[in-house]
Amino acid sequence: MGQKISRRAFLRGGIAAAAGLAASSIPGASAAAAPQEKTQLATLLDISKCVGCEACVEACNEVNANKYPQPKKPFPKMYPERVPVEDWSEKQDVTERLTPYNWLFIQHATVNVNGEEQEITLPRRCMHCVNPPCVKLCPWGAARQLANGISRIDSDICLGGSKCKKVCPWDIPQRQTGTGLYLDILPSFAGNGVMYKCDRCYNRIADGELPACIEACPEEVQTIGPRDEIIQKAHALAKEINGYIYGENENGGTNTIYVSPVPFEELNKTIEKGKGKPHLKPVKDTMAQANNLTTAMALAPVAGIAAAVGKFVRLTKNRQ
Amino acid sequence: MQVQPNFTSKAPNRIVRYVYLITVFFLTLTGFGQMPIFKRYYIADIPGLGWLAQFYVTHYIHYLGAVLILALVSYLIIDYLFLQKKRIRLTASGYVRGTILVGILVSGIFLVLRNLSGGRFVPEFIIFLDIAHLGLVMTFLIVAGYCMVYKRRWVTQR
Repeated sequence: MGQKISRRAFLRGGIAAAAGLAASSIPGASAAAAPQEKTQLATLLDISKCVGCEACVEACNEVNANKYPQPKKPFPKMYPERVPVEDWSEKQDVTERLTPYNWLFIQHATVNVNGEEQEITLPRRCMHCVNPPCVKLCPWGAARQLANGISRIDSDICLGGSKCKKVCPWDIPQRQTGTGLYLDILPSFAGNGVMYKCDRCYNRIADGELPACIEACPEEVQTIGPRDEIIQKAHALAKEINGYIYGENENGGTNTIYVSPVPFEELNKTIEKGKGKPHLKPVKDTMAQANNLTTAMALAPVAGIAAAVGKFVRLTKNRQ
Repeated sequence: MQVQPNFTSKAPNRIVRYVYLITVFFLTLTGFGQMPIFKRYYIADIPGLGWLAQFYVTHYIHYLGAVLILALVSYLIIDYLFLQKKRIRLTASGYVRGTILVGILVSGIFLVLRNLSGGRFVPEFIIFLDIAHLGLVMTFLIVAGYCMVYKRRWVTQR
């Protein structure tokens, strides 16, 4: 039943997304994109249902294969020599971590639930943050956030500098060398390929379809819908199973909400972490610190004008 | 005869000038730090400059610099219009630099708005802003370098 409700809600958001995409493609469109509908879609992952079958991983690979990199070899010689070549083209079948050819993988945790040792599995991919640092801090605008909350990297524009990965609290984007725009500019001196990550099947959503991982899951682990509805559902589910939530407040809020029967702190201790294998730690809002200065920025001209006016008044008094 | 800009005594003149130069220096440095170049080209390996490879640090300092430059430019504009205009006038190179600076500030303000949660522009506009901001800074540096070498002042006496 839950899935039916979420599908309806999802389709509402899909139309909003399509409207947003259409607005984006109008040449010379107004500076501030004002999509009619600004509903961010979020996904709820009930990890107590996940059996780790990897149907989602296979579906993701199948549906997104046409977006995967096709690097040209040999790669250009890069300067200085410390610039790393990252080549996954010979390891396209790796599914136990995130790679440019695998945007979703299953993470395993062995935990103690009610005195019993259990293996918990959970799908991991981009969290699609509400205010995504990968998008906001990309120096070229290659990463973009759609009106429906999807953050995605435009492989035609990305230069592969990997800044998005460094500013991502979970190090999600993965680089493939030897592909993309940098080859046409200064391949030896600037750029290093293209960054890849889950785009939550933005094109399928624009067509009113479900993301492949959601559609393929036999256990209906994932539900998609407007973020506020998904948050409500997550809280209801957490209350029902006496569980825990991850992703609601991490990095200021994400559009990927996990609900687990065991604390994420426990899961984080036992999952394999490292390159291409994100953690489950609490994450503070990475964009907040600088954004808090926005008020000071708004007041700065007032302070400057006040100082000049003060000088004017002082000089006028002195003349009198 | 050409003069230093807009100040009635030398001391505040010097202070404002140094604040302006230091602010522009750090804004430029941290602005270029938004691109992943300082680590690649060993600059962040120089002792004391490791922070240049930390994007959140350079981002924060860039914002602090923006607060200062906005206050400073607002002060100078009002000071010029109400106190100095009868005595001095902007030179041609002053107009050029001022126009570029305003362009940098305006594109920067839009980028700050973009960075707020919920701040969203069409992707093409964001690309335009990114390139315009960088292009204007590079133009400003070239023009400022020329003015420094050939001693072109911002203002001259009427």
